[in-house]
Amino acid sequence: MARIRYREIGSSTGFSALLAVLALFILGGLASAWYMEHHGHIVTGMNNLVVWGMPHVFAVFLIVTASGVLNVASIGTVFGRTPYKPMARLSGLLAIAFLVGGLAVLVLDLGRPDRLIVAMTTYNFKSIFAWNIFLYVGFLIVVAAYLFVQMERTMSGYTRAVGWFAFVWRLVLTTGTGSIFGWLVARQAYDAAVMAPLFIAMSFSFGLAAFLLIILAVCRVEGRDLGDGILTRLGRLLGVFAAAVLYFTSVQHLTNLYAAEHAGVERFILFEGGIYTLLFWGVQVILGGLVPIALLYAPELSAVRLRVALASALVIIGGLAQIYVIIIGGQAYPLVLFPGMDVQSSANDGAVTSYAPSLPEVALGLGGVALALAIAVIGLKILRFLPVSLADEIVDPAHAQTSGAGA
Amino acid sequence: MTRRMEFHVPQHEKRGFEAAGVDRRDLLRGLVAGAGLTLASGVTLYAVGGVAEARAPGDPVSPEVRWGMLIDVNKCPDGCKACVTACSKENGWAETGSSLTDAQWIRKVEVTDPRTKTSRALPVMCQHCAEPPCVDVCPTGASFKRDDGIVLVDKHTCIGCRYCMMACPYNARSFIHEPLSDQKPHAPRGKGTVESCTLCVHRVDEGRSPACVEACHADGGGAMLFGDLNDPDSEISKRIAEYATQQIRGDLGTDPGVHYQNL
Repeated sequence: MARIRYREIGSSTGFSALLAVLALFILGGLASAWYMEHHGHIVTGMNNLVVWGMPHVFAVFLIVTASGVLNVASIGTVFGRTPYKPMARLSGLLAIAFLVGGLAVLVLDLGRPDRLIVAMTTYNFKSIFAWNIFLYVGFLIVVAAYLFVQMERTMSGYTRAVGWFAFVWRLVLTTGTGSIFGWLVARQAYDAAVMAPLFIAMSFSFGLAAFLLIILAVCRVEGRDLGDGILTRLGRLLGVFAAAVLYFTSVQHLTNLYAAEHAGVERFILFEGGIYTLLFWGVQVILGGLVPIALLYAPELSAVRLRVALASALVIIGGLAQIYVIIIGGQAYPLVLFPGMDVQSSANDGAVTSYAPSLPEVALGLGGVALALAIAVIGLKILRFLPVSLADEIVDPAHAQTSGAGA
Repeated sequence: MTRRMEFHVPQHEKRGFEAAGVDRRDLLRGLVAGAGLTLASGVTLYAVGGVAEARAPGDPVSPEVRWGMLIDVNKCPDGCKACVTACSKENGWAETGSSLTDAQWIRKVEVTDPRTKTSRALPVMCQHCAEPPCVDVCPTGASFKRDDGIVLVDKHTCIGCRYCMMACPYNARSFIHEPLSDQKPHAPRGKGTVESCTLCVHRVDEGRSPACVEACHADGGGAMLFGDLNDPDSEISKRIAEYATQQIRGDLGTDPGVHYQNL
């Protein structure tokens, strides 16, 4: 592989305009957080039964995506795939950016965000939530170190070792995120070991989709080459990841369907859950799973660039729907206090709880996305994260020659 | 996480024996010598042998005691909400008509067998589990279990993450969605934090029974019995040993401190 040259992104009106738009969304998120903190969560759609709402959907999506975007770096460093190495820096930058965005949303949705210092200093080590605080902070440090050894020439000898460490850390981190739900023994929709590998598959898929959309956009705006060969490879990989998500989703629901005690929640999500059923089949499975796979494995449909962009966008939309179904749908279905009995009370026991996201919740979530993108854009502007060219003959000359000869 | 914790009882709340200049513990020891003190039928406050007597301020909570409750569903009349009203009055929470966001430390749950259409109504509150999932999942340890089995929320370290509400199998916890005023000094509450039945810990520490139990005997069907589950001679232990009782979702292995009879 030829020596890869990296360069900051250039200044332009478009860059400033993008930052201004992102800043507006960030301000919207902050204003929403202040509004929720001032008036209490009464101004949200959340209640005593659906205790985690839209902010958690965004936060979990961003956190899961954060560990997933690191895959491109891992494939290059850990699995020795040379063509992916030039994109490893961007992969690390995005991992940090998405995690910070997700954590910001999570913290600002707390009932007492002012007590963040308590969360950082007082731990119950039996809580997977407490473990996650360590995993998240550790991830930021490990990925920062990973970026450092990649970008500092004298430290390049450590890249593989640090890369391995970051790869294992990210697997543990996503296991932790999945286990937040998997270890909830009382909820019919959760309490399943498959949540951890399901979340890992989701992170692979959503993370790669986000990475692809961002690199396509940046290369287009910056006028940098991005080879069809490398894009095809990444696209096929996204197809595999999207299929893995469908596989683990099938295992999750088939296992539940087999157990009579879970028939109720499965009937709810898969058949009678209204918006949740629609989101599950329509958006998560078909639009966010089957359609992108078809797009990515059907080269005759259109140019690779368009197919990959469309598939990536669909994977992200499907991913948000999937997390919405898991988090909100899982809480909307009632707790089973008395198995086999009909139950009712003033606290809505035994009934499906309605939830409609409020504007401040959505604005807070979008603020987190904007924060992640702003960190990425500013990072690209001030440091050399992106190669001058990602043309096939530069990142993967051997493959480019073979394709050229065969064409 | 198990923790010893003391609750400050405001001076104006101290009354009775102490106000009369009598050492309450000594008096109680005399009263309970040989038999439990019975305020009303079925309400045994003090067990034999002085194991579960009123705790003096400054004394640690005894792990030899496990406070619990037995609720005889047959004695719980349909439509009676004496326990709910008493709890609300005692602890300063109120139903405002927004059932999904209101705090409900205790509620009446109607359970109907879909095959026979037989219905039962019973009070459900924090079940004060021996293995409380809310305590396991709380990241800061704000949810904790006292040595005497009472599960509480430390209002100073609760960050309002609501993970305990996700974990509770009994829908027993409420999140405070709005600013509050006129709180009771013995039941501190705060917007943005989670709360639930405290088993009237302030009364228990004074040697009294929870407000719901007292009201159930005064104005309800006398269905609720409070006492020390660890003391084999307490009324509650004897009743649990004699009759078949159930714990809600006993299959989860959380070993609730609240038992139900005739469910």
